Amino acid sequence: MGEIVLNSGDTAWVLASTALVLLMTPGLAFFYGGMVRAKSVLNMMMMSMITIGIVSVLWVIYGFELAFGYKADSPWYGNISFSGLGGMVNDLTNNGGIYPIPVLVFAAFQLMFAIITPALISGAIADRTKFTAWAVFVAIWSTIVYFPVAHWVFAFGNKVGDTVTGTGFLAGKGLEDFAGGTAVHINAGAAGLALALVLGKRVGWRKEAMRPHSLPLVMLGAGLLWFGWFGFNAGSALAANGTAGLAFMNTQVATAGALLGWLLVEKVRNGHATSLGAASGAVAGLVAITPACAFVAPWAAVVIGLVAGILCSLAVGIKYALGFDDSLDGVAVHLVGGIWGSLSIGLFGTSIVNSLGVDGIFYGGGTALLVKQALGVGLVLAYSFVATLIIGFIIEKTIGFRIKKDAEVEGIDLSEHAETAYEMTSSSRGGSLL
Amino acid sequence: MKLITAILKPFKLDEVKDALQAAGVTGMTVSEASGFGRQRGHTEVYRGAEYTVDLVPKVRLEVLVDDKDAAAIVDVIVKAASTGSIGDGKVWTTPVDSIVRVRTGERGTEAI
Repeated sequence: MGEIVLNSGDTAWVLASTALVLLMTPGLAFFYGGMVRAKSVLNMMMMSMITIGIVSVLWVIYGFELAFGYKADSPWYGNISFSGLGGMVNDLTNNGGIYPIPVLVFAAFQLMFAIITPALISGAIADRTKFTAWAVFVAIWSTIVYFPVAHWVFAFGNKVGDTVTGTGFLAGKGLEDFAGGTAVHINAGAAGLALALVLGKRVGWRKEAMRPHSLPLVMLGAGLLWFGWFGFNAGSALAANGTAGLAFMNTQVATAGALLGWLLVEKVRNGHATSLGAASGAVAGLVAITPACAFVAPWAAVVIGLVAGILCSLAVGIKYALGFDDSLDGVAVHLVGGIWGSLSIGLFGTSIVNSLGVDGIFYGGGTALLVKQALGVGLVLAYSFVATLIIGFIIEKTIGFRIKKDAEVEGIDLSEHAETAYEMTSSSRGGSLL
Repeated sequence: MKLITAILKPFKLDEVKDALQAAGVTGMTVSEASGFGRQRGHTEVYRGAEYTVDLVPKVRLEVLVDDKDAAAIVDVIVKAASTGSIGDGKVWTTPVDSIVRVRTGERGTEAI
């Protein structure tokens, strides 16, 4: 066996994908920012921006080692090491086998996943979260929840010859999650639900209208998310190959199917197909196809998307029925979409499109894969929800998680950031430079 | 002297403005307003949650006129603003004690 050398085509694609996935977080900031009221748009966007800052720094110091290190040989976490990523510059990636791309490229790619996951949570607690408390939460949650869960799902271990060390628990059990249906979306959705319960409802929830202040911003955000998601899903092949192509095509058609499914529900139920519905449906489809994109045929991706659009649009009603203020519907879109997408592999999964895949129920594989998928869904959901509740309550009891009521009513942009987003009138508001 | 205030459908503003200029009115003040009368508001749906929106966008137009012109100018506005459907708005007059043109200091009807 000859020595494996770096492949520049694969490396170039993963580098490009890394930049695409980074763009998703500012895209998410637009998507979420447009959905809140004009008085809280800056805070909503800043919750994503500060997450980019905090998680990037933690990732270099210890995050990547905690998620993907193998020396501890634990199914639950990687290494506890503060290496600062200084010693691996010339290494190739080894994740269940050698990939001919530099390990720092893999580390940068995975960093973008670590960033967007906590950023997704922010939508559940819009308009009311103390900014410093959010920053503290992001650091603690990434350390205790995301980095370990990424290890469970994404770490396939360091393979030398036939010996593999440090394989994550769910990866070792045969969970199929190509790009993060469990580790990213179920994880963020369950955490968002927990924080919505810790913080409580916004002032005036269900009494006053909380309309999106800028649907064009929501559409811009949805467009950036869709574009970036090609890096998220097709980049997860870690190679410029047929698997990347399959993931790319499935990402496109599942998203299209979900967009149509969500609009169909709206047209039948409410009489109008809305722009918010189109944007939400697209994101629901992207979420649902994320775990499945390299394991199903494109026709199945359309079905997965269509069902996701219908299911997620109906799931928005859960928060009204149960009375929790998951402000921007992370539960309906990311938790429900993530669960459906992860389980759908147990139905539509097939080794015909991917030799590493396993046949699901519709391909004669029986229920074995579905059971593995359900295990992954249940474990990540339960751990994320409980751990986030505990972290949330500790922050609430120590530094406080929520801004004062009058500040919330006046607008969190002003109280937390000393800024307002829009100057709508040409006349001066008075005052002068200090 | 009278102040005529008209609440109009926004898309009718240009017609009313042209009709007033044709009738010899030389100045007016226009501002954006919102409100409701018998027309009431409308319903909007966001991710399946229905909101009733009570206040409808309107335009407020204000014109200062001499007493003898007031009735005719009101008629001009009503004629130009009417579509015959609900929500066309209202026009009313209020007496004005004094008017001063800022640039010249002219007072009363001279300042109109």
